[in-house]
Amino acid sequence: MEKSNNSGRVKGQKSAVKGVLISLMLLYLTLFLLVPLIFIFVKAFEQGTAVYFAAITDSDALSAIKLTLLVVIITVPLNTVFGIAAAWCITKFQFRGKQLLLSLIELPFAISPVIAGLIFILFFSPRGALGSLLMDWGIKIIFSVPGIIIVTMFVTLPFIARELIPIMQTQGKAEEEAAISLGASGWKMFMLVTLPTIKWGLLYGMILCSARAIGEFGAVSVVSGRIRGMTNTMPLHVEILYNEYQFSAAFAVASLMSLLALVTLSIKSFIEYKTEKQQVGE
Amino acid sequence: MKKKKNVLPGFGLSMGITTLYLSLFILIPLSMIFIESSKLGWVDFWKVVTSERVVHAYKISFITAFAAALFNGVFGLLIAWVLVRYSFPGKRLIDGLIDLPFALPTAVAGIALTTLYAKDGWIGQWFSAIGIKISFTPIGITLALMFIGLPFVVRMVQPVLEGLEREVEEAASSLGATKGQIFRKIIFPEVLPALLAGFSLAFARGLGEYGSVVFIAGNMPMKTEIAPLMIMTKLEQFDYAGATAIAVVMLVVSFICLIFINFLQKWSQKHVLQEE
Repeated sequence: MEKSNNSGRVKGQKSAVKGVLISLMLLYLTLFLLVPLIFIFVKAFEQGTAVYFAAITDSDALSAIKLTLLVVIITVPLNTVFGIAAAWCITKFQFRGKQLLLSLIELPFAISPVIAGLIFILFFSPRGALGSLLMDWGIKIIFSVPGIIIVTMFVTLPFIARELIPIMQTQGKAEEEAAISLGASGWKMFMLVTLPTIKWGLLYGMILCSARAIGEFGAVSVVSGRIRGMTNTMPLHVEILYNEYQFSAAFAVASLMSLLALVTLSIKSFIEYKTEKQQVGE
Repeated sequence: MKKKKNVLPGFGLSMGITTLYLSLFILIPLSMIFIESSKLGWVDFWKVVTSERVVHAYKISFITAFAAALFNGVFGLLIAWVLVRYSFPGKRLIDGLIDLPFALPTAVAGIALTTLYAKDGWIGQWFSAIGIKISFTPIGITLALMFIGLPFVVRMVQPVLEGLEREVEEAASSLGATKGQIFRKIIFPEVLPALLAGFSLAFARGLGEYGSVVFIAGNMPMKTEIAPLMIMTKLEQFDYAGATAIAVVMLVVSFICLIFINFLQKWSQKHVLQEE
């Protein structure tokens, strides 16, 4: 490159800055994201595949997996119904207190998971009216499966609503109004007009919701009581194995959840790609 | 002017579901915290939240969350900048990977980071060679919080950078502004609200984070105990009132953060509107 050429020098400087910034970023992300991710799988297979499969087919591990799936199967559909309802009334209608409603929906994000667990311990405490009533009926919520499901619902409540609200906001309501004035029923309008426009956002919200429901640790650990084979979810099972110095087994179960996290990220990228294409198409 | 009647159906139904759900899962349970702490009385409340061990836990939580949010502010801005302004192979993959801390269960992140940064771990051994201990120290806590908070700043700043008009920078450059001047006077003021909002989100998350921290902290009283762990400890001793008192202080701090974020978002929206 000629030194006297001014624009050439500027360009050289520019690509030097670019090179430095890109390498800084790569170094940071390698140390913080990539190495830990790879490390989980290396540790999981450290003592061979036999130990790995023994760890994930152990009866306690299997019951933890089953419980985690049960939590997801109950939590996600309920939060989906809530998310659609909340997004519908917030984006398509005007009413007082909308801002308050929005803040309430976001609230679980601002609350420590441990405090979320504490809230429900207090709520269902046998000293309270509700708790003593439930105890008389012999229903156990805290240190039992219902408690785990309820705190998970609390923690994952905002995910779907907050994905849908911006999409439905930009969509406006002209198309739905047209459908209604042409005589479509509410259900038909929702299925044929609303759902196609929100489907990718909805799917993404549901995936985020499931990922969090699978991985929630703090809130669940407060209310679970950690009874092996009964109230242990996958993250709690990992904790127990780790604290018992069964590192390979702990990382084996952790690797299953990491795989799920990677699937979540791939689906997310796919959805982003899809919506980008949709926008370009329009 | 007469208001146009909204013809869309389902207001009553959707509003009913929303308020019922929010009351059952958020409002009523959350009110329990304030009822429970009011049972304690001012004197006892004050005694719990100012006891030496609790104050120390607040301090650790506060300092580590702040330091982690600061690091995330700097590196988040850098990452967002690189992802928006430069093109290089593998960019899409890296962009997708940024959200890993959101998708990975916190306990999994916790055990991976603890083992990696322990003094005989893959990365920790290099630091321990120069006399720096990471796992089981406040540095380790900060590190875990940096991992957890990484996506917040990136995802807040990225859209703002994408929306910047290049013409302004080109104009400034043709008027003789240096790269540093352009960044300081044109780009930085534009991204500042988003940067601060991302910072506050990362900070708020860091204050309450439990799963990734308990493993790497080592949980030594008066050394590496965080505030959420103090709540956990009180609960294990069935000291519900004490746990609630600690939680109330944390809730108040989180709400202040939330109000600050809201204010920033309004401010930046106004800022944009004025320019238009």
